[in-house]
Amino acid sequence: MKLAIASGKGGTGKTLVATNLFYALQQLNYQVVLVDCDAEAPNDMVFFKGEKIKYFYVHQEIPVINEKKCKFCSKCHEYCNYNAIFILPDLKVIKVIEDLCHGCGACDVACDFNAISTKPVPIGSITKYAIENNTFIIEASMNTGVFSPVPIINAAIKEAKNEKIVILDSPPGTSCPFINTVAEADFVVLVTEPTPFGLSDLKQSIDTLKIIDKPYGVVINRSGIGDTEIYNYLKQENIKLLLEIPFDKMIAFYYSNGELISQLEYQWADKFVSMFNFIIDQYGNSNN
Amino acid sequence: MKIAITSTGNSLESNIDQRFGRCAYFVIYNTENKAIEFIPNPNKDKEAGAGPAAVQFIASYNVDKVISGEIGAKVKSILDSLKIQMIIIKEPERKIKEIIDMLENN
Repeated sequence: MKLAIASGKGGTGKTLVATNLFYALQQLNYQVVLVDCDAEAPNDMVFFKGEKIKYFYVHQEIPVINEKKCKFCSKCHEYCNYNAIFILPDLKVIKVIEDLCHGCGACDVACDFNAISTKPVPIGSITKYAIENNTFIIEASMNTGVFSPVPIINAAIKEAKNEKIVILDSPPGTSCPFINTVAEADFVVLVTEPTPFGLSDLKQSIDTLKIIDKPYGVVINRSGIGDTEIYNYLKQENIKLLLEIPFDKMIAFYYSNGELISQLEYQWADKFVSMFNFIIDQYGNSNN
Repeated sequence: MKIAITSTGNSLESNIDQRFGRCAYFVIYNTENKAIEFIPNPNKDKEAGAGPAAVQFIASYNVDKVISGEIGAKVKSILDSLKIQMIIIKEPERKIKEIIDMLENN
């Protein structure tokens, strides 16, 4: 079972839910792996102590143009969706803007003169930590200035491919990093807050999940603030409310100290486990 | 000599556009025959790489200089290698007409 914890809006509590769920399952001796897919700002390890047991770089292939073979036909430039190939045919100038390259390889396919080869450039890294009870955290981390974290996120998820229970702490937003993370999940837990901003971004996430046909449920964090619109929406759309986490100073206090509410107040561990069991009952299948 | 100036609109009364890659118009000014041409920036709304695309666009007009409010790092290195001189005018209220006058009086 792969469970993605995601949200459209940033700062709604994805990491709070992901880390507490991981902790609660770990304490019951479940073989669980938490993958921190928020490669731009991974912080799940703030809440755990562990030993680094694996580390490797993730590379992206960047084109290298052989100017002797290049006929300055501009075909590679036309194939490139990201403006990463700069060409002035009249002046016989061609350059690769490496920062813009997504490593898709289209330029290499486009070239009829065999003038393009590639070189690997490191764009980030994967670190695997051993935590208590034979559980693991896999952290994706992107280098500063890299255009897209997607290849790093994919490498991190791949690292957990043989595990039985995987929690994917998704990056915020609803663009490629989010889509690549939730696409790998069997179920998506959308964390939101009862504010107009939270609702607007929740709708965007749900629209995206509908297109890729993923089952999902909602966790409302900081309940008690804002308004009731989000509850009306969930009711109207018949969307399952999995859990509510109240707006509580102590929860915020623990979290900002790098502590887990499930460790400090046992009722919270129970709530996360109940949510997990509900998801397994409804959406788990015998293959996983 | 030809000079490209980034502009917010298509008249001499328009202000200089402080953005290079995502400016609204390029003004191509020819110092020899005094010709002034306003060209809409075709790459203004590109998702990514508007800067390099803009250099490619203005370089096709064989300009020697470019005048804008701000030029990013990716673009600077390309302009340098093409030997196109960069002139930065961080005055958003400055009109195209005034910039051309300044070029004339220099």
